[in-house]
Amino acid sequence: MEKSLTWREFIVTRAIQASGYSAIVFVALIFFFLLREGAPALTDVKLSALFSARWYPIEDYFGVLPLITGSLVVTIGAMLIAFPLGIGTAVYISEIAPRWIREILKPLVELLGGLPSVVLGFLGILLVSPFLRVFLDLPTGLTAFTGSLLLGGIAVPTIVSVAEDALDAVPRSYREGAWALGATRWQTIWYVTLPAAKSGVLTAVMLGVGRAIGETMTVMMVTGNAPVLATALGSWFAPARTMTATIAAEMGEVANGSAHYHVLFFIGIVLFLISLGVNVAASSVVFRTKKRAERILS
Amino acid sequence: MHKIIIESLSLQYSDGTESLRDVNLSIHQNAVTVLFGPAGGGKSTLLRCLNRLNDLAEVKASSGRILIDGENILDPKIDVIALRRKVGMVFARPVPLPMSIRDNVTYGLELAGEKHRATLDEAVERSLTLAAIWDEVKDRLDTLAVALSGGQQQRVCLARVLALQPEIILLDEPTSGLDPISTGKVEAALQELKKEYTVVLVPHSVQQAGRTADHAAFFLQGELVEYGEGKSLFTAPKQKKTEDYVTGRFG
Amino acid sequence: MRRENLAPTQITDIMKRPFSPNRRFVERIGFAGLTATALVTTLPIVGTIVYILIQGAPAISLEFLTSFPRDGMRAGGILPAIIGTLYLALGVSIFAVPLGIAAAIYLAEYASDTPLTRTIRIAIINLAGIPSVVYGLFGLGLFVLFLNFGTSILAASLTLSIMTLPVIISTAEEALRTVPQSFRTVSASLGATRWQTIRRIVLKEALPGILTGVILGLERAVGETAPILFTGAAFFLPRLPNSPFDATMALPYHLFVISTQVPNMPVQIQYGVALTLLAFVLTMNLVATVIRSRARAKRQW
Repeated sequence: MEKSLTWREFIVTRAIQASGYSAIVFVALIFFFLLREGAPALTDVKLSALFSARWYPIEDYFGVLPLITGSLVVTIGAMLIAFPLGIGTAVYISEIAPRWIREILKPLVELLGGLPSVVLGFLGILLVSPFLRVFLDLPTGLTAFTGSLLLGGIAVPTIVSVAEDALDAVPRSYREGAWALGATRWQTIWYVTLPAAKSGVLTAVMLGVGRAIGETMTVMMVTGNAPVLATALGSWFAPARTMTATIAAEMGEVANGSAHYHVLFFIGIVLFLISLGVNVAASSVVFRTKKRAERILS
Repeated sequence: MHKIIIESLSLQYSDGTESLRDVNLSIHQNAVTVLFGPAGGGKSTLLRCLNRLNDLAEVKASSGRILIDGENILDPKIDVIALRRKVGMVFARPVPLPMSIRDNVTYGLELAGEKHRATLDEAVERSLTLAAIWDEVKDRLDTLAVALSGGQQQRVCLARVLALQPEIILLDEPTSGLDPISTGKVEAALQELKKEYTVVLVPHSVQQAGRTADHAAFFLQGELVEYGEGKSLFTAPKQKKTEDYVTGRFG
Repeated sequence: MRRENLAPTQITDIMKRPFSPNRRFVERIGFAGLTATALVTTLPIVGTIVYILIQGAPAISLEFLTSFPRDGMRAGGILPAIIGTLYLALGVSIFAVPLGIAAAIYLAEYASDTPLTRTIRIAIINLAGIPSVVYGLFGLGLFVLFLNFGTSILAASLTLSIMTLPVIISTAEEALRTVPQSFRTVSASLGATRWQTIRRIVLKEALPGILTGVILGLERAVGETAPILFTGAAFFLPRLPNSPFDATMALPYHLFVISTQVPNMPVQIQYGVALTLLAFVLTMNLVATVIRSRARAKRQW
């Protein structure tokens, strides 16, 4: 064979291999740079002060608890909305909808996934929050609940597409078996299809949580940005402040290398670790079920 | 004159399927050698060893030697690309590449770096003629090859192999999806081809094996049961198993 | 006994449940509920788009699209934001597209199922899940400060590129995997090296799918705000950026700014900006859908 061909093959193969590994390099780089800028927070601020209930950086209060509870409240709320809607829509699309409706709904839901979060935040400010203020008779419409509502919309596409894939993957013979025994389609969905797709549905929800907790612009625009520790159910209808929004809102104004700057990066580390945990858990569910399916087949 | 000498070849796939056990076989030049037997007997596996196409599959373990013109082609150091140009292969299902008839035929040559238009055109006509399809496609060489009928596709696939002027041609049940007329054309082409090439064929039926074989090898569960002249093997097999299979008692 | 594999007795048990005389009725109610759920999910999407279209259309004019903002952005056009978004998209195309496609080729064509490959896959899943604002922090730490690119188009597009990478990789890999294995086998049997097969057959056949992935990736990059907040976005620029080391205005950030930071902002301009951004995103979405369905119709295998 010609020498040039061998050389080209060698170089191309190496380049492609390197690109393949790049994903690992990037994750490592991201973690490294977050650590580099965020770890000093632990020396700048005492650990007890860091995990206290007061966030007021101008006076050097760096308690991240209100931010964590803020993220929790908004995310849990979002999931309460997105879970039934997402799973319901996925079941509808995959099990009930006639073909032509499916062909319309799927791209529509995909479109929702592609809507820039800043556009949703913008509509949140202009439409949703004034409506909620009047409708729920609140002092302000910019609350954790408003955030949950919009965030639910953002998490829905993720949940629908992953859950729908999972439902699609349930062998048709399962359903036919149930129908043959006289089960209605409704019973088949509840007692055969959904349980069979359970791990995929679980993955969908976890990825939805990941999407919701990491969302930034929408929550920053509509939750009112008050770093108050959430303690009761009422906190849901009061202004809140999430971890993501805090970083986005304050990073632009801090001095590089200040304690505030380090703490914001520290929050970034927390967010990174949460998404790492959620995604590794979600993907290990997928891997595990795949392995089990292989075992059954062989 | 033996073109290919296989010495104690054994092979096992990682998923535990079809394998070969201690196969010894010498394949004659300028003849049609038929490898036949029930499915899963190792015929296709052996065929895919001859051009190292098994490199693409998950092979767990292999041992033994295959000498082509005296060179061990299982040696990791040999040039696999050159080997595959020398040992062409036609598959059970015709797989026209997603391009025109002409491009299908010149694909191998272009990979080898042939750019000369006249050489390529000459190769197209020569190999399509050898594969007995030139007259049917000469006016539409630039249409997509998938638009042809199954029988025509398979002959284009044969021409595609011939364009590389290989020394050995491997055919893995090349007529399994074809109608009797197309099958007849392919078989007739084989009889022409053996004058210049060494042909190794896995037939899709015992009848086809009988019609085409100069030499025949009977494989059962990864082992070579019997090997001999085509005529005598089908009329007077020495082994009981061969006789049972040839006479249709199993398989 | 796994729950997934229901035994026949379990299924007959199910049918003996108390509500079983009303099974048809329950089914009808259930289906109606699911249909309503699907409507609740999808109608607001249509509503949102139509509403922004109606509200924003009056603001759109040639002047709006081609002139600079005036009066503290309360009048005039949004040219610098449009151009800036185009620059960022261009940057992402330059960095993320080749890298993403190459990584997809590695996963689909070269990698076997080893622990290393599994690590790569987990890394990609993680990249896809990292919050966009964390990408912003990373870009600030690495590109803006450590590599000293400053708040610039370069830093912002590199940050967006890494964020976009997983979208491109996973869609491109899927597209590559749909190309029939037999093409690869045949090509190899005709003496093609692995790369020759990929370049001449596999990439050509997977192109529409890859293109779809690239567009979806760019769509995501174009709409993002958080990653560019501290890496390249400018509040206001009286001129167009003239080097990759300049900061830039961008449509999503501009929408954020005028809807939260500028008092007495005319609502019409806000809707105009939202519509322009939406037009970018919807066009890309539409193009991706068209490419995908046309390729599916044209495919011969």
